[in-house]
Amino acid sequence: MNVNRRNFIKTGSAVVAGSMFLPPLLQSCQNVKISESVKSYLDHFEVSVEMLQKVIAAAMSKGGDYADLFFEHKISNSLGLEDGKVNRAFSNIDYGVGIRVLKGDQTGFAYSENITLDDMLNAAKMAASIANEKSVFSPVDCTEKMPAAYYKINRQWDNVVVADKVPFVQKVNDKIFELDNKVIKVNAFMNDETSYVLFYNSEGRLTYDYRPMIGFGAVCIMQRGEQIENSYAARSFRKGFEWLDDSVVNELAQEAVDKTNILFDAVKPRAGEMPVVMGAGGSGILLHEAIGHTFEADFNRKGTSIFSDKMGKKVAESFINIIDDGTLENNRGSINIDDEGNDVQKTYLVKDGVLNSYIHDRISAKFYNVAPTGNGRRESFRNIPIPRMRATYMEPGPHSKDDIIASVDYGVYVDNFSNGQVQIGAGDFTFFVKSGYLIEKGKITQPIKDINIIGNGPKALADITMAASDYLIDNGTWTCGKDGQSVPVTCGLPTVLVKKLTVGGTNA
Amino acid sequence: MTKEEKYNLAKWAMNHALQKGAQEVSVSIANSRSSSVEIREKKIDKLEQAIQSGLTIRLFVDKKYSAHSTNRLKKEELARFIEQAIEGTKYLSEDEFRTLPDPSLYYKGGQNDLNVLDKEFASVDPQKKIDLAYAVEKEIFGTDDRIISISTGYYDGMEERVLVTSNGFEGDSANTQFGLYASVSVKSGEARPESYWNESSIFFDKLKKDNIGVTALKRAASKIGQAKIASGKMTMIVENKVASRLVSPLISALNGSAIQQKNSFLIDKLDQKVFSDKLTITDDPFIVSGRGSRLFDGEGLATKKRAVFDKGVLKTYYIDTYYGKKLNMEPTNGGTTNLVFETGDKNLEGLIATVKKGILVTGFNGGNSNGSTGDFSFGIEGFLIENGTIKQPVSEMNITGNMKTLWSNIGEFGNDVNDSSSWLTPSILFEGVDFSGI
Repeated sequence: MNVNRRNFIKTGSAVVAGSMFLPPLLQSCQNVKISESVKSYLDHFEVSVEMLQKVIAAAMSKGGDYADLFFEHKISNSLGLEDGKVNRAFSNIDYGVGIRVLKGDQTGFAYSENITLDDMLNAAKMAASIANEKSVFSPVDCTEKMPAAYYKINRQWDNVVVADKVPFVQKVNDKIFELDNKVIKVNAFMNDETSYVLFYNSEGRLTYDYRPMIGFGAVCIMQRGEQIENSYAARSFRKGFEWLDDSVVNELAQEAVDKTNILFDAVKPRAGEMPVVMGAGGSGILLHEAIGHTFEADFNRKGTSIFSDKMGKKVAESFINIIDDGTLENNRGSINIDDEGNDVQKTYLVKDGVLNSYIHDRISAKFYNVAPTGNGRRESFRNIPIPRMRATYMEPGPHSKDDIIASVDYGVYVDNFSNGQVQIGAGDFTFFVKSGYLIEKGKITQPIKDINIIGNGPKALADITMAASDYLIDNGTWTCGKDGQSVPVTCGLPTVLVKKLTVGGTNA
Repeated sequence: MTKEEKYNLAKWAMNHALQKGAQEVSVSIANSRSSSVEIREKKIDKLEQAIQSGLTIRLFVDKKYSAHSTNRLKKEELARFIEQAIEGTKYLSEDEFRTLPDPSLYYKGGQNDLNVLDKEFASVDPQKKIDLAYAVEKEIFGTDDRIISISTGYYDGMEERVLVTSNGFEGDSANTQFGLYASVSVKSGEARPESYWNESSIFFDKLKKDNIGVTALKRAASKIGQAKIASGKMTMIVENKVASRLVSPLISALNGSAIQQKNSFLIDKLDQKVFSDKLTITDDPFIVSGRGSRLFDGEGLATKKRAVFDKGVLKTYYIDTYYGKKLNMEPTNGGTTNLVFETGDKNLEGLIATVKKGILVTGFNGGNSNGSTGDFSFGIEGFLIENGTIKQPVSEMNITGNMKTLWSNIGEFGNDVNDSSSWLTPSILFEGVDFSGI
């Protein structure tokens, strides 16, 4: 094996091409007939199958039921524009291996930033101590598992130089200034990330993934008289450099300007409960907060979720289908293989209004005796995998957007959000509305801004009484945090009516 | 890595960058160790250990600026990493305001030790850590039929850093932290309210080790029967542990970047009365064993005790070297150290006793605030107060308003400072806050 580090950065680059080809047949590693793709990952991390097996044996040495190794090399780059110029760049390299041992539903975990046999064996011994029996682990034959190919790209980000990216960031600034003379400042950013992942477990599964990511956006700051307002637009995908073009720049610039412009005449709604119409797209934050987190099976396994005993029960109107999907092409929330080496799938959480599936990692799938759903994800090799969402959305419904708005006497229409949160046990969830509109007597009237909306998950889900056919995925830079770990996700929704939520506002 | 090894590597990286075309360089290296254990159902649920190291280099190349970090610390790789970083920096636009700090502002040594490191960090017995987490669980396990889940845990961490700059700064710092927590869920009807209690300390011996489970259970059980009440303008008391949520937008508005980028509602307000004269906050970096105590900031600038608000008058912005140059202002420090509030004379019960009708906020749930206007809206939970006593738990409500109005309507501060944080917030009573409920 070639363990020259210089070489291996190049090998790493070649890997993308490899992963875009159709996978070869499953092969046994013991015969050294592993695919070129997986070999390039082994080379990348300067390890051999024999080394992986030694580390797994150490991890299992105290009687663990299961162990896995998660190697990761992540290269992140960022460009920033302030005061008219692309005048800052940041980069980060993160590299290491996480070693996990399970004993029942107990977890031992350690990681090493140095991928040498000695360092890995030390970490493996630490993780092994979750179990404490004398045990001899007999190695299992290695089986190569080919990942899916949900994000094919042409030009990968770790081969793109700063000079090639700068013009796009500059252009979005110039375009925003061109669009409106109230613009006083623009902050633009471009973040790209390349992640190489290699996975091996005590069941012999050997797999890998190459994960590209791009995030591009701008904050627009405008002044009218004394009043200063800002808003932003951003897009994120698992796409390559070829995604960047002038149409992306123009779309971002226009959206940032439009979103900021409506804030100048925005009012606050009156405080209290009222109907809320959630516009198509980013309103999927409703599903993420109100339902998604409370469906994560770690909470349900511990009985701490408000949905803990609702499996198979009717939780919503029958036209409602809610999905968590890791397979959408080039989507920010997609993964070719989850961080526990399992296939990713399109999972129906709610089917025809009935709670159909939780969101599982390995531990919870075993607890519930179901097949893994491919939701075991982790922020990096430094963290243990836990059940996490991917792209969470609702399928189109039977109503029309116009009918939905017309049905509301006094309420709000919201479609632009900055953040949300949920309390798993109480089920109370919130999302912050950056901008939206009042609905008065069935018509959209004045803009609103900067209000928090709060509701209760099960009640809100049951209170979705209308859904339109205009389903849309929002491709913003959504990042979900849980147990101190951040992972990229997306969300989507058709226009829906939630009969009643508590809206922040003023009391006359 | 030893301190000496960190200094040597940092200087080597700095010199390499200088040789390869950077005119000014700063390098920091940090390494940390941490461990944690979580207990559930009388078993270890998770056992984690970590050791990590990282280097960050800030490059000033032909008036252009970039910053880079890596955990690949072998010299051969670092050299290539630095060379590539310098090459990339050349394609950025010039930024005349980017320089290292004025060396006369650097910390020069000679201050007393702030005592933020437990030198016995490495000698705490691993079994003792596990036993402590078990003991927290034991406080409450099986004591209440309403309990559906208890997670308890122990964690600790130590971080050591060095910082060197090419115009003469060299400094190092280290700190430790130990903590114990309990998270408890209880069931009553459909709802499964949960609560959490945490104790932490810089020193293992000073870590409070009892009454953690009991407090978490008490707080969770007190939420049983949570309901929203009618919307209205009411008095609000914010509990000391969560008051930082309302302080944070004030501090963000004082940040040099927010001021210069017009994302602050406190632009051009220095030395003006902006809030209630009951508001006095001091930034004090020199509190012995304070959670935010430090002798120099991330750039090496010497810290200084400063008034932030004095009887409602704004006294300082947080300005680093870059935004100082852009704003033509003297740099102060890039961020807060310890925030000390002038307190009142009542404890939380005393504050509650003064309220005819209002809400005691014990937790925030989402929400945000608009940096440029100060408009805010947050989800809250807590308790309804009527005639000086707590009547019922409330949840699923919002507070909405503007930071300028809120901080002008301070009723009074409590004397119950939360000293487990660098922001030493007491409980705070505000008048006339807009609550949305039913």
